[in-house]
Order: sequence, then C-alpha cells, then structure tokens
Amino acid sequence: MAELTLGPNLFHWPAEALRDFYFRIADEAPVGTVYLGEVVCSKRTPFFDDHLEPVAERLARAGKQVVFCSLSEVVIARERKLLEAFARQEGRALEVNNTAALLHLQGRPHRIGALMNVYNEAALAYLARRGATHFALLAELPKPVIAVLAEAAKTAEAGIEVQVFGRASLALSARCYHARAHGRVKDNCQFVCGEDPDGMALTTMNGQLFLAVNGIQTLSYTYVDLMAEMAEMAAMGVTHFRLMPHGCDMVAVARAYDDVLAGRIAAAEGADRLRGLGIAAPFSNGFYHGLPGHEWQPPGVAAA
Amino acid sequence: MTRPELICPAGTPAALRAAVDAGADAVYCGFQNATNARNFVGLNFTPQEMAKSIAYSHERGAKVLVTLNTFPPAGKLALWYGAVDLCAELGADAIIVADIATADYAHRAHPGLRIHLSVQAAASSPEAIAWYVREFGVRRVVLPRIMTVGEIAGLVADIPCEVETFIFGNHGLMVEGRCSLTTYATGQSTNMDGACSPAACVAYDREPDGSLATRLSGFTIDRFGPGDTAGYPTICKGRYLAPCREDGYYAFEEPVSLNASAMLGELIAAGVHAFKIEGRQRSKAYVKKVVAAFRAAVDAIAEGREPELADLVALTEGQKQTEGALKTKRWR
Repeated sequence: MAELTLGPNLFHWPAEALRDFYFRIADEAPVGTVYLGEVVCSKRTPFFDDHLEPVAERLARAGKQVVFCSLSEVVIARERKLLEAFARQEGRALEVNNTAALLHLQGRPHRIGALMNVYNEAALAYLARRGATHFALLAELPKPVIAVLAEAAKTAEAGIEVQVFGRASLALSARCYHARAHGRVKDNCQFVCGEDPDGMALTTMNGQLFLAVNGIQTLSYTYVDLMAEMAEMAAMGVTHFRLMPHGCDMVAVARAYDDVLAGRIAAAEGADRLRGLGIAAPFSNGFYHGLPGHEWQPPGVAAA
Repeated sequence: MTRPELICPAGTPAALRAAVDAGADAVYCGFQNATNARNFVGLNFTPQEMAKSIAYSHERGAKVLVTLNTFPPAGKLALWYGAVDLCAELGADAIIVADIATADYAHRAHPGLRIHLSVQAAASSPEAIAWYVREFGVRRVVLPRIMTVGEIAGLVADIPCEVETFIFGNHGLMVEGRCSLTTYATGQSTNMDGACSPAACVAYDREPDGSLATRLSGFTIDRFGPGDTAGYPTICKGRYLAPCREDGYYAFEEPVSLNASAMLGELIAAGVHAFKIEGRQRSKAYVKKVVAAFRAAVDAIAEGREPELADLVALTEGQKQTEGALKTKRWR
C-alpha cells in the first residue's frame, strides 16, 4: 500500500522547536519516511547541525525511514562544499535537489527531490539507470503526466512521490526576498525569514492573497490538498504521498491523511478534519487537475 | 585577446536577417510550438523558414542555434525528439537544450549535433555543468544570470566546456527553468508550454480611481497612476503588499533591464566565449540597432579601443538599467 511521508521542512524554525517537532513526529505521526535537512538556504544549515543526528536517530528508532536532503540552490563555494559533503555520506538515504549532486553520486543509489526537473518518462528512466531509486515529483505536474511517470517508475522499480499537503514550491532565486522585504540583502539578512513560520504572504494591490515568500523560495499562498485524489493516484502507481511541514498540528494532518489513505474514513470526512485545524489559507488542487495551480476543484467534478 | 561570439535573438525570419546583416556571429531561434520558451503567437519559425534562414545565415558566415529549451511533459516526447531530428537534418549549428531526455536523445541519435546547455537547465556550479558535459557531451553552457564576473572567471577555469553569458535585455530574478509562477496563476506552464505570462491571460483594466491595473488571469500584478507607463504583467516584476511594508513594493525585482555593456572588457578577461543578447520577442528594428551597437562595442574592445556605449543606453527604452548580478553579490 502507498505510504505517507513527511517532506523536508522548508522554513527557518528555531532549532529547538524543530527538534521537538521531529521528536513528536517520531512518537505520534503515522508517516513511514521523514526527510531531513536544509533545502532552501545554505545560511540556515549550521543552526540545526547539533540536532540532526539525535533527531535522525530518534526517528529511526521510531521505525521511520530517514532521508537526508540536499540544498536546492548551489552557486557559491560554501554551498558547493556542503553539497559535496552531502554526497559523500555513506550508508544513508539521500535526496538530491540540485544537479551538481549527481556528479558525485554516479552509480550510487539516491533519490530525486521535488525541486529537480523530471518532467517525462525518458528523463526518469535516464536518472534511474544512473542510480535514482525514488522520485518526488514537481508540484506543477498534472494528472496525465503523473500517470505516465508512475508507469515509468514501475518499470524502473523506483518509487514515485507526490506532494498532497502544504504550500507548493513555485520558484527559486539567488536573491533572498525575505531580506529584500526588510530592506536588507542576503549577506546581512539577520535571518528575518525566521519571523514567518509558514512563509510571508504577498498580497496583490487589490488585496488578493497570492504568494508566500520563504527566503530565496517563492511558495503558493494556498495549501495543496490532494487528499481526495490519493486513491486515484495510488491506483496509477504512485507509491508515496508527501506532507510538507507547516506550523499547524502536523500530527493531526498526518492522521487525517492516513485515515483517508487506509480507508478508515471517507475523503470528505478527512477534508472536514483538515479544515478544522485552523489553517487560514485556502486549499488548492489546480495543478493536479490541469487548472491554474491556485484553484480548487471540488471532489467529484470532472476535469475541465 | 579572444573575441567572443555575439549571439543574437531572432523571433522571426526578418529579425534573423536583420541580426545577421548587423554582424551577429550567431543567431538563436525556435520552432512555432512548445519546444521553445518563447512560444508566443506570431513568433518563431516554420521548418521551411528555418531551412531558408539557416541557408541565409551560413551564406553570410553566421551560425544558427536552435532553442529546444523547454521540458517535454510525459507522453509528449515525440514533439521534442522530432524537433531535434529536424535541426540535424536542416544543418543547425547547435541546439540549446534544458531537458535531460532531449539532451540524451540528441546525443545518441545525432552525435555530430552540437549541444548547448540552456540557461533553463539552471546549471550554476562547475559540478552541475560537469555533469551535463559528462552525460551528454555538452559543448557550451549558457550561465544563469545570477553570477558575478569574479564567479564567472572562476567557473570558466573549472569547467570542460565553453561559457555564454547574457549581456543585454530582459532581466528576470527567478532561477530560469525552476519557476512555476505562471502555471500557478494561469494553468499554462513556462517549462512545459513555453510561455511566461502568456498574452492571452493578460488584461489592462482601468480602475474606479483612475489607475490602470495590469492583471494576469485575474491577479493584479501592478497598478499605475494616470501618468505612468504600464509594464507588461510578469509576476516577478510586479508590486505587492507584505505585512512588513507600508505600501506596494517590487517584492522580487524592479522593472529593470540588463545592460552589461560597460563590463564587456571584464567579461572577455574572465574568459567568456560568447555574449548573448536577449529579445526574441523584439522587433526587427530593435534587433538591428542592438546587434549593430554590440558588434561595434565588441570589435572595439577586441582591437584595444574604447567602445562607444551611449547608443546602447538609448536602446533600453527609458527602462532603468542594471548590471544585474555581474557587478556585485550585494543584489542577492
């Protein structure tokens, strides 16, 4: 049966809070895999260094598969060194979010992260032949594309993972938009991104909530919710469903998705539970249904 | 001193001829479909036009680089593979690719066809570039517009292929090839459909207070007063509100255009092999003027003379200019 995972935390939470978050996930959340590591900003990486090993150990003892994620943007010397050290780790499951890591990982098993551009079955097969065992898909892929990729993954004996909860990553930049919003630049950012545990909302000049800034990353304002689509995707061959960490009660989120995935409750009941968690932003499933990503197509409505 | 190639945009056969006549060493252009990232109505080339344009260019000693720089979605690879075959058949001098499958196909099916790695592949480190070179025999990389000249110089020494940098034109701040903002707002994907802020989704609306709002699929991207010139609504060039700001601000980037004309000497010294001018959506007249001005500037520098740069400033059409990332990392 398909399995729930907890994707990498994209935000800059206080290190102790993040540690405690993972301890609670270890104890209470019905997810099979937990992805650790800083994906967004190389400047943030030192903060969690001391906690990474104890957290990984605690999660592993709780029966979770632990996967270590790479940075997504790799330009400067420090980032290149971090990436090389990442790729040199032995005996660990690694998820790659920048092509540079592939140079080091040739022939060794690794996972391809959701910020890598795998759009088609031939690219998937190519990477699988070079050691990729698992593919987390881009947020913008529509159902027909996911279906073909899931089929290709089956042939390659690789896993396929689709994000079903949380803000979607829409863009990366070399510039930090959090620092910019506060009149700073990346070098003197003073980690102002830490003020926004779910990202900083950008509103249009007409008052429409549109995007969420997270350092160099731009996210959707809406939260993806593909709870009702999980059964269909599982039938297509999707093997894993990814929940992205947010400031809301993630154990409750995981339980709702798990109950729906296991068939203990109907998707409609799961949706009610999710909407009872106090998440202020609207939900979206547009990407999956081939619509503008921010849109919400009510379950049961045929795709346009 | 090596004289870098001048790589010029051609959205139409007429613009291509203008660029070649004005002294382009190479032009880049695409087919009329989703295989290129400027998939706009009225732009790009039919196979027949491509054949004629390649002949025109070759007769005058210029190269033609064909952009196949989008990402084929699953199930639709045939369109991209067909375009690769066509480029080989027509004698294109290189293809500019971003997608792994497209690069792999070209490398296997047409080993003689030169592959350039598109900026859309976002290869921003020696390791990423080295991977593409190792896997697909890439001969040249078009660098993301996020590096300083110093970083470019370091990179050139480290990588086993040629380097092409943008020197003029549109200046976006998102990592190209890693942006789904348009899909989020409009349902059309820059990477899969080849359109960023597609014109069919754009609206210019007069607001009750007299201001002009520019919209993309209903999202207000900016608002302009009666005397202001309204810009095209590109999401990353818009003004938005944030909790820490009193008024609307350019959350990503001001509407500026890249002009590295004053840095050509430094870029040549850094070892850059080719200078790229952005603007396949631009008119024939614009292309002619920009190409001629840069032809003169590059030749002057190569011959040890001071280039005349005043003409280039006029070509930015009153837009604010930037040297982008090239000058300093303070912009990050």
